[in-house]
Amino acid sequence: MSSSDLAVSIRGISKAFQIAPNGQAATTLREAIVQKARHPFQRTATDTFWALKDVSLDIHAGEVVGLIGRNGAGKSTLLKVLSRITRPTAGRVRLYGRVGSLLEAGAGFHSELTGRENVYMNGVILGMKRREIDRKFDAIVEFAGIGPFLDVPVKRYSSGMYVRLAFAVAAHLQPEILLVDEVLAVGDADFQKKCLGTMHDVAESGRTVVFVSHNMGAVASLCRRAVVLQRGRHIFDGPAGEAVDYYLRSGQVATASREWPDLADAPGDDVVRLRAVRLRTVDGDAGMSIDVRDAVGVELAYDVLCAGTVLAPGIQLYNDSGTLVFVAYDQGEPWRRGPRAPGRYTSTVWIPGNFLSDCGYALSACVVTMSPGEPIVHCNEDNAVAFRIVESLDGTTARGDYGGRMPGVVRPLLTWNTDWTPATSAAARVAAAQTV
Amino acid sequence: MHATLQTERPLRQATRPYQDIGPGASWQILDPRELWHFRDLLATLAGRDVKLRYRQTALGVIWDFIQPVVPSFILAIVFGQIAKVPSGGVPAFVFVYAGMLGWNAFNNTLMKASSSLVVDAGLLSKVYFPRLVLPLSTILSTFVDFAITALLLPVLFAVNGIHPGLGLLLLPVWLLMLIGLAFGLGLWMSAWMVTYRDVKYALPVLLTFLMYASPIAYPASAIPPTLRTYFLINPLAPLIEGMRWSLFDRGTLLWGNIAYAGVFMVVALVLGAFIFSKLERRFADVV
Repeated sequence: MSSSDLAVSIRGISKAFQIAPNGQAATTLREAIVQKARHPFQRTATDTFWALKDVSLDIHAGEVVGLIGRNGAGKSTLLKVLSRITRPTAGRVRLYGRVGSLLEAGAGFHSELTGRENVYMNGVILGMKRREIDRKFDAIVEFAGIGPFLDVPVKRYSSGMYVRLAFAVAAHLQPEILLVDEVLAVGDADFQKKCLGTMHDVAESGRTVVFVSHNMGAVASLCRRAVVLQRGRHIFDGPAGEAVDYYLRSGQVATASREWPDLADAPGDDVVRLRAVRLRTVDGDAGMSIDVRDAVGVELAYDVLCAGTVLAPGIQLYNDSGTLVFVAYDQGEPWRRGPRAPGRYTSTVWIPGNFLSDCGYALSACVVTMSPGEPIVHCNEDNAVAFRIVESLDGTTARGDYGGRMPGVVRPLLTWNTDWTPATSAAARVAAAQTV
Repeated sequence: MHATLQTERPLRQATRPYQDIGPGASWQILDPRELWHFRDLLATLAGRDVKLRYRQTALGVIWDFIQPVVPSFILAIVFGQIAKVPSGGVPAFVFVYAGMLGWNAFNNTLMKASSSLVVDAGLLSKVYFPRLVLPLSTILSTFVDFAITALLLPVLFAVNGIHPGLGLLLLPVWLLMLIGLAFGLGLWMSAWMVTYRDVKYALPVLLTFLMYASPIAYPASAIPPTLRTYFLINPLAPLIEGMRWSLFDRGTLLWGNIAYAGVFMVVALVLGAFIFSKLERRFADVV
């Protein structure tokens, strides 16, 4: 492709956020005044966090490009820069064509407004003209399938209807450059299929799409090209299939144990620091491959630095298509309500054997203070360790004698109970029922 | 940067339209072309405010009247009946109600404009549009408010036999100046509120003070000479007096102070716009 049909030209984009160390940022005027009064000539001490660092990309008209990377890699920040929501700290972007960005399904939806009113509200927010919405209105309602609820406030909608309406509006936005952030993570499977279909159509019609997703399947099937971001830098740019492989195999996730020998580098805050995450089996330390029949032990070692906080270690398990399989945290006694004394703790949780399916997994570890509302996250290490569940074909697992690909997020070995009534007596009972 | 990039592509492409995004000050607050482009958003947001106001209320638009009538009634009793403050030859309630209309135009514009960014924080961090659209969209509902509550005036005038003179033609001038003043301050406050929510709590306190410092329940002539200088620092004073002059054809216009209020308004608008555009680039990161 020649440079003549550039759609997006990104040159050396960097984005810095100023974060105050240990949460010292002044969030109220009083704090700001107190800080200024104490240190009148000193600028508030901040750490600089580079969400994006020197990213350069050329995207041509008609390309569908996937952006993949771990949480915090800078994918969403890049989309926000491209859609002009936030300004880059350095660098320059040129956009050749009308940009439509879909960073959230239903931006500007108001719960008191009716479906009809929200179509207009959302449409103009996404940059459509009222006349344009008038023209497309029937098609939008048709796509969302909310006909009878059109004049009902959206607060009465089910969450499925809400999302369908939101996506329907977005699907009828016809920009030359479409920026999409993880909107497909919502809605039921049928609707997701419909969304993917729409994205396909958009791509087919020769428009440019930049698409952020954790769903590797969607990236591989929708995009021809994908870019892998890591800590704000792009580390891979190429065909989507290769990019997905690169991302899944890259050293950033593939390790069965992680340790932080130096307290200062260990993830965490003033209360607790995570020192190690290790995978185990009943026989000892686990490698990267674990038999589907074996229980997987996850051992978290953490240092409690100050007394008096109730803490719960927790894990989040993601499979290799980016689906969150489950979250779990220690809700057992005595630590559930008991404040911890300082010291080194080692907690181990066991994921039962014959439960996970045979694919790759990434596990995030955290230590939190639980509450009925939002938990307080003291430390959270995304993708701390990774492993692959392998399944033998000897017929003793949930797979039985089947040799093909078994779908499903988990694959528990369940006990089936079957009662049998001999055919003759059943026939007699049917005959009896008919004569009554 | 500009030149180097353009030489990289063939000459025939040099004129292709593009949008430039960079760290510089390329997005200014007063980009009339861009604002015009987003006029439908401005209209829809303004319409939303008006539509939503009394949705799911039993009394609906009656609230529009209750809001100025009840405080006017209280002030009329306290100032007119108890403190025996003169009301310039018209019944105390009519006198206070006229002042209250002017005050509400100022107060509502300032309150709504200053919280407009925080109320729609979700939009700021998810969608791009000229940020100025949000505070601007609140002005329409102030006008609607004023128009509805002003409907009571002809009734009050007929009942009390008051005949406004030609001065009525100047009424829009006072109204626009009050709204302009409030909008300038509102822009400033809205930008501050994004970072410091303190503004949300401080404003009502300051506004209560300002309300009593303004000639709503009393005429400017009732101010003792020793306090008069301080009283006239408040740019609202000549404007609210002016409104009553237009409506009742009584009292005098303080031209010098009106000029001062005009200068004050221009400074507030320019300064508000300047602070808004200076802080605008951080809105999405901070809110």
